[in-house]
Amino acid sequence: MALFDKPKNVSRLLFLFYCSLILLLLAELFIHKHNAFPWEESFGFFAVYGFVSCVLLIFLAKILRLIVMRRENYYDR
Amino acid sequence: MIADLLSPALILILGAGLVPFLRGKAKSVYLLLLPAAVWLLLLSLPEGRACTGEFWGYTLVFCRVDKLSMVFGYIFCIMTFLGLLFALQVKDDLQHTAALVYAGSTLGVIYAGDFLTLYIFWEFMAVSSTFLILASRTREARDAGFRYILVHLIGGLFLLAGIVLYVQTRGTLEFDYIGLDGAGSWLIFIGIALNAAAIPLHAWLPDAYPMGTPSSTVFLSAFTTKSAVYLMARTFPGAAPLIWIGAIMVFVPIFYAVLENDIRRVLAYSLLNQVGFMLCGIGIGTALALNGAVSHAFCHILYKALLFMAAGSVLHMTGKIKCTEIGGLYKTMPLTCLFCMVGAASISAFPLFSGFVSKSMVVSASAHEKMAVVWLILQFASAGVFHHAGIKVPFFTFFGHDSGIRTREPPWNMLLAMGLAAFMCVGLGIFPDPLYRILPFPVDYVPYTGAHVIGQLQLLMFGALAFALLILSGYYPPEIRSTNLDADWFYRMFGRGAYRVLDQGLNTVNARAEQWVRTLSTGLSVVFQNMTSGLLLFFAVNGWALLGYRGKRLEMKKYRLYADVQKGSLPIGFGAAVATVFIFLIFVCT
Repeated sequence: MALFDKPKNVSRLLFLFYCSLILLLLAELFIHKHNAFPWEESFGFFAVYGFVSCVLLIFLAKILRLIVMRRENYYDR
Repeated sequence: MIADLLSPALILILGAGLVPFLRGKAKSVYLLLLPAAVWLLLLSLPEGRACTGEFWGYTLVFCRVDKLSMVFGYIFCIMTFLGLLFALQVKDDLQHTAALVYAGSTLGVIYAGDFLTLYIFWEFMAVSSTFLILASRTREARDAGFRYILVHLIGGLFLLAGIVLYVQTRGTLEFDYIGLDGAGSWLIFIGIALNAAAIPLHAWLPDAYPMGTPSSTVFLSAFTTKSAVYLMARTFPGAAPLIWIGAIMVFVPIFYAVLENDIRRVLAYSLLNQVGFMLCGIGIGTALALNGAVSHAFCHILYKALLFMAAGSVLHMTGKIKCTEIGGLYKTMPLTCLFCMVGAASISAFPLFSGFVSKSMVVSASAHEKMAVVWLILQFASAGVFHHAGIKVPFFTFFGHDSGIRTREPPWNMLLAMGLAAFMCVGLGIFPDPLYRILPFPVDYVPYTGAHVIGQLQLLMFGALAFALLILSGYYPPEIRSTNLDADWFYRMFGRGAYRVLDQGLNTVNARAEQWVRTLSTGLSVVFQNMTSGLLLFFAVNGWALLGYRGKRLEMKKYRLYADVQKGSLPIGFGAAVATVFIFLIFVCT
């Protein structure tokens, strides 16, 4: 059995991952900010922006797929 | 002096000629010595113009040495070494030769100080890179290579037309900053933009690059686009259209990258996205932005090559590279997996990896100039890059569902090339100073501040959270074998349509014309044949009548003469007699 074939290892990894997210949010409390834009002031801006960006990316990509997807040999007629 | 003629380009291009005559270890050593020789030459190049010449009263500059050209010279030399090392096990001399000519002509473009030298090396680049695509020797590669060369020849013509106008107005072949004014500069701009794969002139790249061999694509990924980025930085820094071209390039390709099934095509789309950051920086045009664009090109060449090497290793060992066919390879290719993840972390601009110290300069430059929309797009794209290149590529290749493929690590030279590239990616991320020192402008930029590190990590890790949640919930778009339409649809369809129009149009005209000519000539030949026999019979019958032939005998003679004339089996004397009669008649009548 390789490393990630065990569900336990996967959930351990996910647990570590979630912990690191919380640590990153906490770390923001202890840093000195030097902002160029007003919205960078708000707590967790980058976290929210990163999350929303990626969800939006997938959502729009799924719509794009409806428009541009063709069968694999589309050009080989 | 012979040393004056030794331009870095010529070492590789002329050196390529010897490759087919060497075998085995000698060839391997020779291949690696060539970029080493170039490196030594680069270190000894004096600042300023070298290897100048005269051509029809114009000054040619083969070797313009300044900070901007040297950065690109160094990285292209390193890249040539890594690419050749990665390709050492390839037995195909065509690929090695084409790769050397390609790398050499790129160096020629970088160091060219005049447009004639530039143009010649530019076309050399287009032709030699086409052979790298053809090196796969598959039908798809042949077709893609054909489209690739057509597109690049058109781009070359734009450049040439621009150069002609430029020389007309400025009276010199030498060039430096041009700036967008007048038709000539726009034509040059379009020519360069095509090679930079600037949207909407980008479709050749994701079309052709994934068709190369496992190792030739590594070469392709490095040279053409980044030499165009260099030229943009030299000739059009601060050109406002580049900001928006760059901004569009950073976010549109990532949607395609998310959908794409072929890992190397995912990387090709992420290449477009990365070049977008560079073009955007060049468009902003401040010292910080240009430094950012140049350093990003430097770092990008390394980590993009590393990612293509990892994908190439998988393709080389398993023969497969589509998401739907691979997965779970970390079990048998752990080192390749590790190197791929270093490349992925670098392209995603994780702190301590090379992308972090270069991309952030471009992003900061947009913030300094208070370009809020551009800044938001760049940040969106930064999260998007991590999503598709940082997570998707390693995840679907080495983890994800287990494809059941059990293979081995690639040969030592491929591992070594990846190891060196990965080492440099981490090295530049931790100690960016050597890179900062060779940038065109003095750098007072500190990438590692608390706010920057935490902000970037939040952006990336919460993007990863989105990926994890979407994968676990099953909402993530599944990998499907498919073709996604892109801008190449237009010229593919135009090509097909034009072919049909020409096929049916011209071939119809051809057939009609042939029919007419045939009818006409048959008609004419019948007329002339009957005219001669008619005339001849007229004279002969009258003669015979005078001589007293009548009835059946006359009919008989008439029939034989007619047959003889029609078959052409008349005695020569007859023809001569007729001719004499005609001449006599003409003489009498006139």
